[in-house]
Amino acid sequence: MFEKLKILLCIGAVMAPTLALGQATPIGDAAAGAQVYQRECASCHQIGEGAVHRIGPHLNRIFDRRAGSHDDFRYSEALVRQGRDGLVWDLVRLHAYIENPRALVSGTRMSYRGLNDADRRANLIAYMRAYSDQPQNIPEASPTAIAREVELPAETLALEGDVEYGEFLSAECTTCHQRSGDHSGIPGILGWPQEDFVVAMHAYKQKLRPHEVMQSVSQRLDDEEIAALAAYFYKLGRE
Amino acid sequence: MILNRRRFLGTATAASAALSAPMALGQAKPRVVVIGGGSGGGTVARYIAKDSNGAVDVTLIEPSRMYYTCYFSNLYLGGFWDFDALGHDYGNIARTGVNVVHDWAVGVDRDAQTVALASGESIAYDRLVVAPGIDFVEGSVPGWDVSQQSKMPHAYKSGTQAQLLKHQIENMREGGTFCMVAPPNPYRCPPGPGERVSMVAHVLSQTNPTAKILIVDPKENYSKQALFEEGWERHYPGMVTRIGPDFGGNNVEVRPDSMEVVIDGQVEAVDVCNVIPAQKAGKIAELAGLTDASGWAPVLPSDMRSRMDENVFVLGDASAQGAMPKSGFSANSQAKVVANVIRGELTGSRIFPARYSNTCWSLIATNDGVKVGANYEAGADQIESVSSFISQTGEDAELRQQTYEESIGWYNGIVADIFG
Repeated sequence: MFEKLKILLCIGAVMAPTLALGQATPIGDAAAGAQVYQRECASCHQIGEGAVHRIGPHLNRIFDRRAGSHDDFRYSEALVRQGRDGLVWDLVRLHAYIENPRALVSGTRMSYRGLNDADRRANLIAYMRAYSDQPQNIPEASPTAIAREVELPAETLALEGDVEYGEFLSAECTTCHQRSGDHSGIPGILGWPQEDFVVAMHAYKQKLRPHEVMQSVSQRLDDEEIAALAAYFYKLGRE
Repeated sequence: MILNRRRFLGTATAASAALSAPMALGQAKPRVVVIGGGSGGGTVARYIAKDSNGAVDVTLIEPSRMYYTCYFSNLYLGGFWDFDALGHDYGNIARTGVNVVHDWAVGVDRDAQTVALASGESIAYDRLVVAPGIDFVEGSVPGWDVSQQSKMPHAYKSGTQAQLLKHQIENMREGGTFCMVAPPNPYRCPPGPGERVSMVAHVLSQTNPTAKILIVDPKENYSKQALFEEGWERHYPGMVTRIGPDFGGNNVEVRPDSMEVVIDGQVEAVDVCNVIPAQKAGKIAELAGLTDASGWAPVLPSDMRSRMDENVFVLGDASAQGAMPKSGFSANSQAKVVANVIRGELTGSRIFPARYSNTCWSLIATNDGVKVGANYEAGADQIESVSSFISQTGEDAELRQQTYEESIGWYNGIVADIFG
């Protein structure tokens, strides 16, 4: 894997950003990729018309974009450095990154353990390419409604979190989730957009997300407590 | 204490200017003394110091300069964790503003509100937190006392005892017998003995596959029993035998000099013997008059306050609080409740209702991790479990691996929370 990566990175240095792989042949099944996207990516990344940065950056026009190059998104230092060194999101590198993020970018903040199945990856990348106009000037697809994971009443989402209370409550979280943002084995939770944090916690509370500890922790958090945690961890991530 | 007073005088002017706490100028800072620098004591000292921004004088009394966690010491026995990675020093706790005093607390005068140290000094407190962990009940395993711990290690307080046990396991004769005398309830780390057997079996199955493991257990059943038994059958078939109370596991005597274990009158020769005796609160809790006939220190469920003294809190393994298991996770969870209450009482900061939780991960074999956990609330008389979960038998390998990876994440998380 690493040997392969090393070779590809050498080629990339010469040929990027026009690595001419797969231009003539279909990458994969974009319709099937839409389902993979929903399952694997959509809880953190938006794509399509009106997509904005959430936990991760939006993925419109990801093809041939230099890694870490949205000025208005906070990337890990490691990803930005790789972008500076010349990492560009072409077909090969997207495959490698999605297969195992940390194989490509040590220290990436993308808390995703990777997608082993090469066919599903190909379908996913085909789907994402439909939202890129490079390298083949593929027109933007029609507007895509971006479904939320959990539908919450507007007033729940509008609750303003009590940061001080959130700090007290956060002590229960930091037994496992580190305040430093380190995410080995257990995901990082700093600096998430508050709405995403709130939606995620309600998804655990409603047992739509499968993790027993998180289901258990979220079970006894009411709407205000979830908002308080969202506010506190957002603030902590900006400090 | 002279050191404290000097430090206080040196910083009083600067600190009082920055204080938002309701405290009259010239009045000494409120003083919190914490006895014991483990998961409970370390957390409470750090959280009070961190959250009060210097408004509370916090002293942590802990004899060891290096704390070796008991959790994950089984993984060390199994070769999955480095000994050095179990150790944590107090540098970062001190940098949070805690006065760390490396000494033994030898007595508490609850009327004068002072703690006596082995060095002869005494330290005054407004609130005292007692978090000494466990001690062993003398005579609970006939034939064994701490003077025998080099022949038959307990290895239940991590550190050098864990190193000794590992050495003995690795040097056991081919085809020999490892015996564990398991403790009666209640004891530290309910799944700990089962996890230890798993780790010993993991080592022996590789280096000494004809060796046997004998568990002598006074309890009818134990934490995660179905998960462990399923795992032993799968990974180490035929290696582990358990003698429960129905076959005399509650009637055991050990003979360290001849390396024999007498089970219900029958003499068994063993090669390594891990004796985990019955347990009680750490001695200082008893010396302070905080324990009852059970040997543990009863506390109020709402905030871990001692039932013997409203200015004293008892945390973690030493406390008798109800349904929470004696674990590092529990102690850390309880400590955060106590830190919030003490800071509120001393500085007027907000006090929130207690929330307690616990999860215990255990490793059965390579990448085969399981967990058990629950939420807890203050009931009328004791802490009660309100919801719980446990790994299931028959789970797939991918989930078990993820659970194991999660346990490593948890270890790194909790030690960062306390010592990082």
